[in-house]
Amino acid sequence: MEKIDVRDRIAKRVAQELTPNTLVNLGIGMPTLVAKYVDPSQGILFQSENGMIGIGMDIPNESNLDPDISNAAGQPVTALPEVTYFDSALSFSIIRGGHVSASVLGALEVDQQGNLANWIIPGKMVPGMGGAMDLVTGAKKVIIAMEHCDKRGNPKILDNCTLPLTAVAAVDLIITELAVIEVTRDGLVLLEISDDTTIDLVQAKTAAPLIIYNTPKVF
Amino acid sequence: MQLKPIISSQQAAAKLANNQTIMIGGFMTVGTPEKIIAAIADARVHDLTIICNDTGLPNKGIGVLIHNQQAKKIIASHIGLNPETGTQMNQHTLEVTLVPQGTLVEQIRSAGAGLGGVLTKTGLGTLVEEGKDIICRNGQNYIIEDPLFADVALIKASIVDKAGNCIFKKTTKNFNPVMATAATTVIVQAESIVEIGEVEADQFMLPGTFVDFIVEE
Repeated sequence: MEKIDVRDRIAKRVAQELTPNTLVNLGIGMPTLVAKYVDPSQGILFQSENGMIGIGMDIPNESNLDPDISNAAGQPVTALPEVTYFDSALSFSIIRGGHVSASVLGALEVDQQGNLANWIIPGKMVPGMGGAMDLVTGAKKVIIAMEHCDKRGNPKILDNCTLPLTAVAAVDLIITELAVIEVTRDGLVLLEISDDTTIDLVQAKTAAPLIIYNTPKVF
Repeated sequence: MQLKPIISSQQAAAKLANNQTIMIGGFMTVGTPEKIIAAIADARVHDLTIICNDTGLPNKGIGVLIHNQQAKKIIASHIGLNPETGTQMNQHTLEVTLVPQGTLVEQIRSAGAGLGGVLTKTGLGTLVEEGKDIICRNGQNYIIEDPLFADVALIKASIVDKAGNCIFKKTTKNFNPVMATAATTVIVQAESIVEIGEVEADQFMLPGTFVDFIVEE
């Protein structure tokens, strides 16, 4: 499967997890694709931690580009008619205060306790945590949207994270191109698998035991 | 009537001294006072500690001061879009302290608001809590984060009247109004300067009392 298809498949499946008429934060990168698959009639509003609720679905063009409107990656975006803007202090009151119903982020590693690592690879890549630590601490539901394995094919879902953590026991749901996995007190529960894989294959690519209560649905 | 002095960007840069701690507003260069930054670059002031959300892009926004190696320390939430920051950090020519974005803004806000710091769950169980006190309140643990002050705050506003009252359009707000409360000297770069009374008072987002100098963009 092409990389672009993988990303779209994940984004499409994440979109189904969002609750109508709620406030959602989409992280930088692949999670921003989720907006493409959300039905506008569902009344889902997207928050951007740099200070905006009501990011538009349209990509700005020459006629409506406003340099004063950007997302958390600094990219120009459009705004819905009901948009509001606010400073970073209020933005993080919204985030930490539990007013965001779902936070969708990428990950370097996730483990069976729901620990998340996505801000630093010591000595190699140090982008910083940005708003991620606040988002996963404050959002009611934390959804990880990521490819199942890293570029070398190594599992990213582990028994214990090896990289420095972004947050402890914060992740609720993991959605990859192969599976939908819920983090529970007992461990990782395999809820769904994609139509081009098998339970055994998903387990082989996951470095933590997968619990199966019911036959996983196919997505 | 208390009018705020309108100064040039060069005069603004001259208010900075080597080894000072400064705050610079903006988010990935949006709402960043780039004209003042250009003047600081020309003034060659160095060994600055810069408190900012991010270090902009390579040689753009706050990235200009990174490129010119005018900072000795950065306190920020994100440096990923400016690889020069990471390179200088790995070469140990620049000290970088990474802080969760929500914690960073509250540290600045608490300084400006006269509070002794903030309690937050953000960062519990991570590298962020190292060396800090953890306090338990009502059965919940929190990290105690100290207030963050600066000698000078450099902010950008869309509209500023001659009394220093500020409007920040759309997502240019970000850290700007908060930083204006937490520094000894506050200099605002104004996209446009208007007469007092020209703008409906209800529109202002930051009282001019926080502003010391205005630089016209």
